[in-house]
Amino acid sequence: MTTVLLIVVPLLTGLLSFFIKEERSAKAWALLSAVVTLAISLITLFQHGSSVSFDASWLPMLSSRFSVSLDGMGKMLTLLTAVSFPVIFASTYNNKYKSPNAFYGFMLLTQAGLMGVFCATDLLLFYFFWELALIPAYFLCSKWGGEKRIAVTFKFFIYTFLGSLLMLVGILYVNFKTPGHSFAISALQNLSLTTGEENFVFWLFFIAFAIKMPVFPFHTWQPDTYEQSPTAVTMVLSGVMVKMGVFGVVRWLLPMFPNASVRMADVIMIMAVVGMIYTSLIAIRQDDMKRLIAYSSIAHIGLMAASLFTGSAVGIQGVLFQMFAHGVNIIGLWIVVDVIEQQTGTRKLSELGGLAQKAPTLAILFVVMAFANIALPLTNSFVGEFLMFNSVFQRSVILGGVAGISIILAAVYTLWMVQKIFYGELTGKQNYEINVPVNTQLMLGVLVAVVLIFGVFPQPMLNLTNDTVTKISAQIK
Amino acid sequence: MPITYYITLSVVLFCIGVVGVLTRRNAIIIFMCVELMLNAVNLMLVAFSKMHNGNAIASAPNSTVGIDGQLFVFFIMVVAAAEVCVGLSIIVMMYRNTHSVDVNFLNRLKN
Amino acid sequence: MGLIGCGVILASFAVSLGIFFEVKQDGFQPQVITLFEFIKLPAFTIPFAFQVDQLSSLFLLIITGVGFLIHVYSTAYMQEEEDEHYGRYFSYLNLFVFSMLLLVLGANYVIMFIGWEGVGLCSYLLIGFWFKNNNYNYAARKAFVMNRIGDLGFLLAVFWILGKLGTVNYSDVFANASTFSTFEVTAITLLLFVGAMGKSAQIPLYTWLPDAMAGPTPVSALIHAATMVTAGIYMIVRSNVLYNMAPVTQTVVAVIGLATAFLAATIALKQNDIKKVLAYSTVSQLGYMFLGLGVGAYTGAVFHVMTHAFFKALLFLGAGSVIHAMHHEQDIRSMGGLKKYLPITHITFLLACLAISGIPPFSGFFSKDEILAAAYEHNKVLWVVGVITAGMTAFYMFRLYAMTFLGQFRGTHEQEHHLHESPSAMTIPLIILAILSVVGGFVGIPEVFAPNAHALEHFLSPVIAKSSEAAHGLDHGTEYMLMGVSVGLAVIAIIYAWTRFSKKPEIAEPQGAGKFFAEKWYVDELYDAIVARPLLAMANFFKNVIEKSGIDGIVNGVGRGVNYAGRQIRLMQSGQVGNYILLMVLSMVLMIILVFYGNNLNPILNYFSK
Repeated sequence: MTTVLLIVVPLLTGLLSFFIKEERSAKAWALLSAVVTLAISLITLFQHGSSVSFDASWLPMLSSRFSVSLDGMGKMLTLLTAVSFPVIFASTYNNKYKSPNAFYGFMLLTQAGLMGVFCATDLLLFYFFWELALIPAYFLCSKWGGEKRIAVTFKFFIYTFLGSLLMLVGILYVNFKTPGHSFAISALQNLSLTTGEENFVFWLFFIAFAIKMPVFPFHTWQPDTYEQSPTAVTMVLSGVMVKMGVFGVVRWLLPMFPNASVRMADVIMIMAVVGMIYTSLIAIRQDDMKRLIAYSSIAHIGLMAASLFTGSAVGIQGVLFQMFAHGVNIIGLWIVVDVIEQQTGTRKLSELGGLAQKAPTLAILFVVMAFANIALPLTNSFVGEFLMFNSVFQRSVILGGVAGISIILAAVYTLWMVQKIFYGELTGKQNYEINVPVNTQLMLGVLVAVVLIFGVFPQPMLNLTNDTVTKISAQIK
Repeated sequence: MPITYYITLSVVLFCIGVVGVLTRRNAIIIFMCVELMLNAVNLMLVAFSKMHNGNAIASAPNSTVGIDGQLFVFFIMVVAAAEVCVGLSIIVMMYRNTHSVDVNFLNRLKN
Repeated sequence: MGLIGCGVILASFAVSLGIFFEVKQDGFQPQVITLFEFIKLPAFTIPFAFQVDQLSSLFLLIITGVGFLIHVYSTAYMQEEEDEHYGRYFSYLNLFVFSMLLLVLGANYVIMFIGWEGVGLCSYLLIGFWFKNNNYNYAARKAFVMNRIGDLGFLLAVFWILGKLGTVNYSDVFANASTFSTFEVTAITLLLFVGAMGKSAQIPLYTWLPDAMAGPTPVSALIHAATMVTAGIYMIVRSNVLYNMAPVTQTVVAVIGLATAFLAATIALKQNDIKKVLAYSTVSQLGYMFLGLGVGAYTGAVFHVMTHAFFKALLFLGAGSVIHAMHHEQDIRSMGGLKKYLPITHITFLLACLAISGIPPFSGFFSKDEILAAAYEHNKVLWVVGVITAGMTAFYMFRLYAMTFLGQFRGTHEQEHHLHESPSAMTIPLIILAILSVVGGFVGIPEVFAPNAHALEHFLSPVIAKSSEAAHGLDHGTEYMLMGVSVGLAVIAIIYAWTRFSKKPEIAEPQGAGKFFAEKWYVDELYDAIVARPLLAMANFFKNVIEKSGIDGIVNGVGRGVNYAGRQIRLMQSGQVGNYILLMVLSMVLMIILVFYGNNLNPILNYFSK
């Protein structure tokens, strides 16, 4: 029952938020809602079995049921979602938006969609939430975004929607192949498809997930969208929404098409590894912080994609761990980007410099986040990347070695960014004080704490997702 | 008379109608061509009706066998009459607006 | 703040001493203490565990001992910094000691890797300590990135071990080392050596170390001379079981070590920055240590790590004292005659120079001799190059000494006016280190002087399999001959350098080969041309061409294609009634043909009805 609350609370509060006229109340309302959701999510961590499952009739004509359930991975990702939103709301509390009620309403609706995606155990319900998360995001980008928002958001929407529609075709196809036309996950995991069918439907699903993640070469919507979206939305997109793609692969793609996953593994892994190097190199030459982080994120996601298809339990475990770590880290980076953009009015590395003199605390927090981004040991992403690189290396020494180059390149671009923003002399344009709001510092501090805690003690998180890994690796063997 | 004569006549009439519709620009003439096509079909219906049920009619002249085909013709005539009403009134309105009955002037939907 | 920083290091030094005396007792078994399970998966378990044995306890002493002295020295040296930077300095320095201890205490390769990257981080932070200067920042970034290249090799080796054995604990790995095939063990050791190349500044990854002199001088002493750069040596000694199984790797290690020693020594001949000379000297000495590792003289390498830690830390701290007195002037061409202004610094510096040059009975003599003897036995060519390098070492060190302390002062009057001996917080560490540099060698007296006097070898024998059987194969006459040659060469070099540079300091810009050396063999330029530039060009190409016109071009092209098709098809809707009707009639004709003559079009229809 608590699982349903995870979806219902943001959904209802989101709808109500549209009727709140005053800015401060809208903000407080959204923050309150996010905190309540976080509390519920924390409760689910201690619940098991039937208490985190719910099943009700939904669309009887289509034999689709409203059935939600949380396993380790679901708990982990709903927790990530639940943690992200209060952090995002609190850290951007001082930002001004036109029609704030609608902004926060859409944000909460996105959260509801994300929660639904991570809980659903019915494929049609999954699709429903998948779109529910996408559509508010579209409005958020197109209404509150930067100068080129219309064109960019249009591309973002069409691109991801194309993937969604391919997936819809695949969903209908597998639905017809189940006895009794069911959408239930248990029925879908025992499909009997011919090789040709399986390959075909595999790609329908994979392209949808690959666009969402995004995997090279389906990634070009992402830098533009991250650049143009308001930073709070970028945090949602990169911190949580890209995990939908990874989640989709683990929850649906691998169990439904285990044989095709093995057959296509080489192609996808090569694609992902090439993408890692390619996007890392591009990141080196970026001048806009947001684009740099976007490309860096694509490179990291590429590693996740590669290790998902190694077929090893270690790799999948690493991916699950890294999903959380990546979410936390990248939100931290965006918070700093947001602060810098709010205070200096620019995101261009070429126009920044020497901020460590003005804002030492911010510099320290950012440097920790940056080193987490390059997976320094004792930060959380080291554990994930260690497991993932390990699985790729065990599968293929050459791919592992090539993928490893990306950790060198990651150091190059991340340190370049740190150096350009914080070190050196102050550039002439910045003769003002930088006041980092207390709430922002606090939230960054929380994230840094999470980074370090899970970097030193990763085991609780590994234990949480262990059941999922065991199940998936049994299914794909 | 063999049925082919009817068919030939009907096809010729129909084609005259089609060509007329395609080539003429005067709305009234197009209208008349449409009527021509309808009547070509009518002729065909009557001819086929008579052909298919010829033996039955010959044996029992008072029976109503094959009357359905001819009934269609009446329906078509009625519908055509109604169509003429609407069509002619459209043409009248068009003439009032454009002082012409040339259909090529009616391309305002294009934009 | 300085008090806290020094106090905790002193405390850990005391603990290290306690551990040392416990370990020193005969029959001590390595102790593994597991704090908690770091990563525990069904496939493998990586405990967060520490291992205390002879090797790690020795390194503990070096790190905390030298580290403490340098902390004390720093309290005075960094006095000019503002409060917040002063605090920052000590927090970085302590973080470094923490990471370094993690490195040597870890009971498995992953924990070692954590420390390994941790010291890289601290090195980065401390090189870029004065972050307002962008050149320093570039040096810091270069150090980190070059270290990362090595780290990648290390990491891949760890993966290989993990994949093969399912464990990374030293004890399990070494116990099961025989399950590796020759190819595997060669690959693993080579990958580990790549890691060591990065951290210990060997060809081709050495160029970061001279640049790292951008950091404060005590940092150069601690990190870039005494401790961190010897991590590679530690790692290879730790894995000596694996290296003994891979003779190919050992040859590679020896050759690269010697090449590095030689190359760095030639560069050091012509440097004029006091810290740069010491930096290249460090690279060169590290090369010696790798030579020792490559020829199987593990004890010799560790011995040299220890003595090197003493005299190189002393040299750097002495240089720091000079720089302090000269108000941040580092060019030895503007120094000279400092003997009378800085008496303590002068004496200690001289002792360190004698030690590094390998003059008996100073510490460097014993350790260097042990490595050279092992090299001689292995291959005479190695020994010849090694001795020549040793001669060069003596030469450039005394060139440095003479130009700094002898002759006439060549700086400005203002500088001369301010010359002063450093405060006692700086000189006391110098004196202690000088004593260690002098007597430090006596823990490893070779067999020829006194039987069974090599305490270090005895101490390390449990962790090093068959450590220096090499050095015992020589008869005493040969060994005396080897010592005589190297000491003689060193003495000649010293006398030549002393007489030449105390009278006529080398002020002019070097020409010919000298210029080639002074410009560091143009290696930086070479790397720039073959690695950095092509990579950036490729990145630019990807960014501006492939990404923009290629991948995104296709995506946008699809969008534009749809748009264009829409615009073209729209033109069919001309608004001309005639056109519509014509289209309608044509379609009807087509349909009639299809329906009535369809049988003749079977192939096409079949296609559509599928």
